[in-house]
Amino acid sequence: MTLVRALVAFVGAVLALVLQMTFFSHLSWAGVVPNLCLLLVVGAGLVRGAEFAMVLGFVAGLMLDLAPPADHLAGRWALALVVVGYVAGRVRQDVRPTAVSVVATVAACSFVGTSVFALTGLVLRDPVLGVGELLQVIGIALVWDVLLTPFVLPLVMGAFRRLQPNRVPA
Amino acid sequence: MALDGLDQRRSRERRWRSASDLERPRGPRRSVAVALVLACVTLMTLDQQTDPVVEPARRALGEVIGPVEVGASALLRPFVSIPDWFRSHGDLRGEIDALEAENARLRSQVSTADYDRNRLAEYDGLTRAASDLGYALVPARVVGLGPSQSFSATVTIDAGSEAGLRADMTVVNNDGLVGRVLRVTRTTATVLLAIDPESVVGGRIGSSMEIGFLHGRGALGDEARLDLELLDEAVVPGSGDAVVTWGSRNGAPYVSGIPVGEVTAVFSNVRDSSQRAVVRPYVDFASLDVVGVVVPSGSESDRAVIEADGSMR
Repeated sequence: MTLVRALVAFVGAVLALVLQMTFFSHLSWAGVVPNLCLLLVVGAGLVRGAEFAMVLGFVAGLMLDLAPPADHLAGRWALALVVVGYVAGRVRQDVRPTAVSVVATVAACSFVGTSVFALTGLVLRDPVLGVGELLQVIGIALVWDVLLTPFVLPLVMGAFRRLQPNRVPA
Repeated sequence: MALDGLDQRRSRERRWRSASDLERPRGPRRSVAVALVLACVTLMTLDQQTDPVVEPARRALGEVIGPVEVGASALLRPFVSIPDWFRSHGDLRGEIDALEAENARLRSQVSTADYDRNRLAEYDGLTRAASDLGYALVPARVVGLGPSQSFSATVTIDAGSEAGLRADMTVVNNDGLVGRVLRVTRTTATVLLAIDPESVVGGRIGSSMEIGFLHGRGALGDEARLDLELLDEAVVPGSGDAVVTWGSRNGAPYVSGIPVGEVTAVFSNVRDSSQRAVVRPYVDFASLDVVGVVVPSGSESDRAVIEADGSMR
């Protein structure tokens, strides 16, 4: 079961990555596309908890860092998505998340994730961009991620919930 | 009554406890969290080394993900072009008006600039014979676009080492310079666009032949701009001047004479009296599709190559 779960999560990450690079690039807004990998990690965190989400975030982030068009320092998206996994996993641990809390979590995670990525860039002097441009990209990414939430998160959370072995379905 | 209340509280407590028993311990183990963060930091440190340690991993993942991207983009192409069919009559009419106006303007320009044009054609032929002879183009399509969230402008194209591509080759399309090849896998290549903040292109102003460096700004679309710093600080470029590539030895990473864009504004720095020109690229980087990669003439490829004289091979 653990292997199946890991495999499904991995396939989900690859699918998110490819869709993000090929399909959503045609719908991009100032070059910014919805970050499907981030949404996947948030969904994993809400259903399965922080530890699983952090590991998935590391794997998905590593693929974002290394898969073809990427050219920034490897490990930057990995770190950002590990942090996202932690944040998403710590939110509302006691109750089943409601629609509002899911959207709020996605918004917070999108802001935190893109910001961590931008900050590592500033610290490591990877791309030298102005703070205004960084904030604009972070804002647009947040809007995109929240817009895509109703379509992606129920799917992701449903899949992870079904793969959960030791909980009776509610 | 009191007993009832106690009972209720007890049952609520029990329910609460049983719910929490069902709940797995959800906080991450500290060891896992620390290991993951350290792994990320290690990767960043390794990738900053001058000798590339992460490069083999990039290449390996590219060999796997690259073909998937090519396939996905081929599948999606028919759907992506649907919005074009639904463009309204008004849009098309407006476009015709704009094109007619541009046509008229160009016609008048051509008729007044006949002499200049002839003289230029001669020079052009000479320079082309001297430097450009022996280049051919490998056609390719853009299959993946790096998101702006990554604050870099890179794309994947569906031609790789099997098509005769190598790192540091110039990429163009019919409007002008697109960028250069960063790395290749067997079937795909990663292209650094000229507008990437880390891209530096040697540029030459067509009218004065002055040389300088073009830096990308990172923005895509209509507000895509390049900054031109001229080596000779006394030269003031004029608005509307065309900028072409200056070229490097052996044509790597950029061959010479590729149009890049035109100067739209010039700023002078009062402090050190230097000039900075803003260049609008000819290429629309937001809607890249078919591009050509400049390869040496006669190089082996898995597809038809457009030779320097325009013939296909």
